Amino acid sequence: MNIVVMRLTARSLLGNRRSWVLVALAALMWIVAGLTRWGSGASPSATAGLMTNFALGTLIPVMCLLIGTGVIAQEIEDGSIVYLLAKPLPRRVIALSKLAVGLGAALVFTVASVVIGTMISGDQDWRISIALGTSTALASLVYTAVFFAISILSRNPVIVGLIYALLWEGVLAGYIPGVKMVSVRQWALAPAEDLLAAHPAWNVVSDVGLVAAYVLLAITFVAAVYAAIQRLKTLSVRVSE
Amino acid sequence: MTAIELAGVSRWFGNVVAVNDVTMTIGPGVTGLLGPNGAGKTTLLSMMSGFLPPSSGTVTLDGAPVWRHPEAYRRIGLVPEAEAMYDGMTAWDFVYANAQLHLLPDPGAATKRALESVDMMGPRDRVVGTFSKGMKQRVKMATALVHQPDVLLLDEPFNGMDPRQRLHLLDLLQELGAAGTVVLFSSHILEEVEDVAGTIEVVVAGRQAASGDFRSIRRLMTERPHQYTISSSDNRSLAAAIISDGSADAVTITPSSLEVQASDFGRFVHALPRLALASKISLDEVTPADESLESVFSYLVSR
Repeated sequence: MNIVVMRLTARSLLGNRRSWVLVALAALMWIVAGLTRWGSGASPSATAGLMTNFALGTLIPVMCLLIGTGVIAQEIEDGSIVYLLAKPLPRRVIALSKLAVGLGAALVFTVASVVIGTMISGDQDWRISIALGTSTALASLVYTAVFFAISILSRNPVIVGLIYALLWEGVLAGYIPGVKMVSVRQWALAPAEDLLAAHPAWNVVSDVGLVAAYVLLAITFVAAVYAAIQRLKTLSVRVSE
Repeated sequence: MTAIELAGVSRWFGNVVAVNDVTMTIGPGVTGLLGPNGAGKTTLLSMMSGFLPPSSGTVTLDGAPVWRHPEAYRRIGLVPEAEAMYDGMTAWDFVYANAQLHLLPDPGAATKRALESVDMMGPRDRVVGTFSKGMKQRVKMATALVHQPDVLLLDEPFNGMDPRQRLHLLDLLQELGAAGTVVLFSSHILEEVEDVAGTIEVVVAGRQAASGDFRSIRRLMTERPHQYTISSSDNRSLAAAIISDGSADAVTITPSSLEVQASDFGRFVHALPRLALASKISLDEVTPADESLESVFSYLVSR
């Protein structure tokens, strides 16, 4: 890891409008949580439903998309990445440094959104906070890594990312059996299902077994990071327009 | 001696051949890579700076490839054309960060030296996003020089500079070249290359059209007649003597001078003083008429 790359990345990730959008999304989560509490009378079941569907299905992927692309996509698009690449630093170090900043930011924003949202919406002895907080953390790590890789591999990372986040994870993975098996959201829900096994009424279920889920999350994370590093090693930056 | 070597280098993108079998050695001193837009200069620079692999052939710095060898950037300084930088940072902070990324032992001193060399110490605490294009260009130069590289690659470096800044950069490049740095810059503007490059590599349609200083390039083209403007004490008599000698192709008499076209440059140059002496005519001025790079380039492009 290189601390200068991390510092530059943190600065460009958080130093502009993007951080305000992330805060706005978190605030949106909390407002919806407030409405849920008001509408359901602080029912844990309603909270669980909100977090498994809205949070894990839509909000978290979108936040991770903003962060995962925010740490590198703009620099690749406008060519300023050349200032990092034309240095005696292994590309692996550059990639991992940027990713580390992204992962850290993602964990902070997403877990805070969900845990505080759960508190607002209505919990029971912190059970949902812990369970869904865990799912959120795992999902964020993998989503961020995937979007980071897409930023390097694709010329249109935001579009590809949105299609994946909103269509695949947000809609299809909620309903279609086959898709559910290939969904970060479903994998991340497995630990929550396990932690909330004593409360089946809350309906926190995953279509994937616990061990399989952990394995799939790990494989996806590693594959994304590996693909990102390999592609960065051969990235052709145009020296001029 | 530090040198970038291209051996039989070609690069294609699908069906388009951007660079076609180019072999050249860029050594210490200032070299201008000259060619019209679309000639392949950008592609060549991208390969030399390690951001594009050749489709065939090799591109090496002192025998070692640059592609996929980030270590090479210890010795290479790159001034990209892309305008975007880390606009939210001050000039000092940006150059300092570059110095740190180069793993320099004293980034502060290096930053100061680099900013001084491009005359940007005054606005060093201003944010880069507020700079004019010329100032941004100078900051880019500073980032390329901060680690005192052996090789400096510049893409259209004079873009957006006012005359004073341009002269300053010319001096800087000449200083670096004289100190033994391998300086290569690309341009499609002939005056820039003429002013500062000791060696010129002319690239046209992906091929190397010519190489050398611009006068020697001109000499290579024996098919095209050399032109001379002569003024003497008796132009008409001299014209008659030249024509009957046969060493010139055509002689034109103008009110003030003689315009001579000679395809056999060597023979004419030897004949002229002899003819003048024999006719007791004194030569006041003998000027090669089209030694400028402009005519060289136009000729090469149309060849």
